[in-house]
Amino acid sequence: MRKLMLGNEAVARGAYEAGCRVSSAYPGTPSTEISEYIARYDEIFAEWAPNEKVAMEVAVGASIAGARAICCMKHVGLNVAADPLFTASYTGVNAGLVVMVADDPGMHSSQNEQDSRYYARSSKVPMLEPADSEECRSFVRKAFELSEKFDCPVIVRLTTRIAHSQSIVEIQEPEKAELKEYKKDFKKYVMMPSTARARHVEVEKRMSALKEYAEDCEFNKIEWNGKKIGVITSGVDYQYTKEAIKDASILKLGMVYPLPEKLIRDFAAQVEQLYVIEQLEPFIEQYVKSLGIKVVGKEIFPVMGEYSSSLIRQKILGEKSIKMEPPAADIPVRPPVMCPGCPHRGVYHVLKKLKLVVSGDIGCYTLGALPPTESMDTCVCMGASVSMAHGMNKARGDDFAKKTVAVIGDSTFVHSGITGLIDIVYNKGISTVLILDNRTTGMTGHQHNPATGFTLKGEPTKEIDFIKLCEAIGVERVVEADPFDIKTFEKVLKEELSCDESSVIVAKRPCALLKGVKYEGPRRIDSDKCKNCKACMLIGCPAIIDSDGRIEINEALCVGCMLCTKVCNFGAISKAGVINE
Amino acid sequence: MNNLNIMIVGVGGQGTLLASRILGNGALNMGYDVKVSEVHGMAQRGGSVVTYVRLGEKVFSPIIEKGEADIILAFEQLEALRWADYLKPEGTFIINTQKINPMPVIMGKAKYPESIIDKIRSRFERVLAFDALSVAKQTGNIKAVNVVLLGVLAKLLESDMPKQILIDSMKQVIPEKLQEPNFIAFEKGYSMFEPSQAKI
Repeated sequence: MRKLMLGNEAVARGAYEAGCRVSSAYPGTPSTEISEYIARYDEIFAEWAPNEKVAMEVAVGASIAGARAICCMKHVGLNVAADPLFTASYTGVNAGLVVMVADDPGMHSSQNEQDSRYYARSSKVPMLEPADSEECRSFVRKAFELSEKFDCPVIVRLTTRIAHSQSIVEIQEPEKAELKEYKKDFKKYVMMPSTARARHVEVEKRMSALKEYAEDCEFNKIEWNGKKIGVITSGVDYQYTKEAIKDASILKLGMVYPLPEKLIRDFAAQVEQLYVIEQLEPFIEQYVKSLGIKVVGKEIFPVMGEYSSSLIRQKILGEKSIKMEPPAADIPVRPPVMCPGCPHRGVYHVLKKLKLVVSGDIGCYTLGALPPTESMDTCVCMGASVSMAHGMNKARGDDFAKKTVAVIGDSTFVHSGITGLIDIVYNKGISTVLILDNRTTGMTGHQHNPATGFTLKGEPTKEIDFIKLCEAIGVERVVEADPFDIKTFEKVLKEELSCDESSVIVAKRPCALLKGVKYEGPRRIDSDKCKNCKACMLIGCPAIIDSDGRIEINEALCVGCMLCTKVCNFGAISKAGVINE
Repeated sequence: MNNLNIMIVGVGGQGTLLASRILGNGALNMGYDVKVSEVHGMAQRGGSVVTYVRLGEKVFSPIIEKGEADIILAFEQLEALRWADYLKPEGTFIINTQKINPMPVIMGKAKYPESIIDKIRSRFERVLAFDALSVAKQTGNIKAVNVVLLGVLAKLLESDMPKQILIDSMKQVIPEKLQEPNFIAFEKGYSMFEPSQAKI
């Protein structure tokens, strides 16, 4: 049957067809929907793990226990999961083990533009790269077989344009992958120096075998189309190349590690001019050059941002870029903003007012770095807010720490903020940590996490009690505060900052987009009472607009969270009339 | 038929994704090859969003580039202006004249450009501009702006994709209890213009 599927949905389909039984992941754009689609298959146990390292370990355990298993993450998540990956490469698998990783060239929704292909090379596991949704399905399905055949994890790499594009998939019947026998095998699964030395030999043997396999495997293919221009490419760049150059021969690599030496040599020998077209780093290109083959790559193509077919035409065919005058100059940008009713807005209103140093983290609240709040000083990686605040404390002393706050979301805190907090307590820091508990993983599109009380499949479960957790770590000052009660919130924050020990404030209020979050409905500004002081504008709510000098509330956007009524000194904001649509 | 490139542009939260999925499924039901490229994650939070829908005999690239779009369906004026460079000179613009101020305008740091529709008309001949929010309100469903616009698009696409195909596609994509009000809004959009009116 033909179906239009998102790349991520097709990955889930491929796992289902392969008889995958266990899936573990941490959400991250552009990989999140893989798990959401996997969760729809009753045959697969699917979970959100607290972070990617845990997800990878769950999958490794499931594989060794005999079940085909998958774990899914975005590129930066693989950094977190790298530790188990490198050693799982040594233990190998029992049942097939597939690692999904989604890179984000152009950084649509990421903090860096790293190229995950280097992980395949350095951890010594094969990597496949599909070029459309149908390949997402078929490659993932075959990746399980490949994993079992070569006794190693297999990484399947996506990029944003593959993960988040829909194209047509021929769905197939699932196979029955029985649970494999579990056999105790100390030499294979207990990695310590004596056993690991022996396993390393197996890893090298496997890589030689995989190199042979890559030469004529089904993932790599040549499309002959004249001998003038030859292009080696993979993934979405294959699609851009096909679109751009009608008369190029293409070596399409579906397996990007290990690379096929003979195939590349043969192809290179038959074309007049050879190019490698690959977004991000010169991963394929450097290998081709190491073979002594003349090839053009990053001499003309950028290492930053996304490619396109017009870029390829410009660089290879010398086509002039289309220069069109926009119909108007000075088109205002439209950056993403916190939604109307967002509880983070209350937090940032207070942070800005107190002019604090804010050690930030990854989530919707990262938007607090942008105007009008502009209240975040740093953002590096998941969990870093807590440990970096501690580093600032130790670098500049306690007075500095009393003007510094770490800001971290509920899911991010569980992901990797807890260990930072332990460090603060253990090493006698005095930092104040704000856990913004909005009852969901917001930025990736509302996923459950260990603090929401529900699983990926929507089943009720235990939920983390942040207060008890922080107390158990040894934080003696732990309080909960409502970020929309800005007066009390400010008072609590000042108190906790001024004390000479570590403290945690749990800023608890659910995301306004969650089901069941209801406010009293739109507000309106009473123009008789409004003094046009624009205090309400400073909270940066997209529902409050400056309409030719008069401040108005867009009643279609306003949810009635009432934050603006608390910053208005003239009582000019009240409930709007009932709208009869 | 040559490949058809349709862009749907708007503001995060306006329902552009649903419209592109209905269109994509319609193309599939017609037996075309099709690719739909979406934007998720950070950019969605009230930011400028674009989805690309490409259909035809064989589609390679999932994205549409400057000067390549046959049709741009704009859910908001400023977004129409922002993406205007992507329309072919002979392409068709369908524009919802609704205005949603971006944060720099809200903050008074930038001005919302004036007479956007006139500027676009001075560049392109085929422009259909109307207040789709009012039309959606008339049908009693303020959230159906996307389906009203899709209805207008359906009239333009009639020769490549019969209306019924899109209605069937809506049945696949929209939950059953929400279908009826969406069909009403779709019909309203469909009956608003004749394809010839695109030449104004």
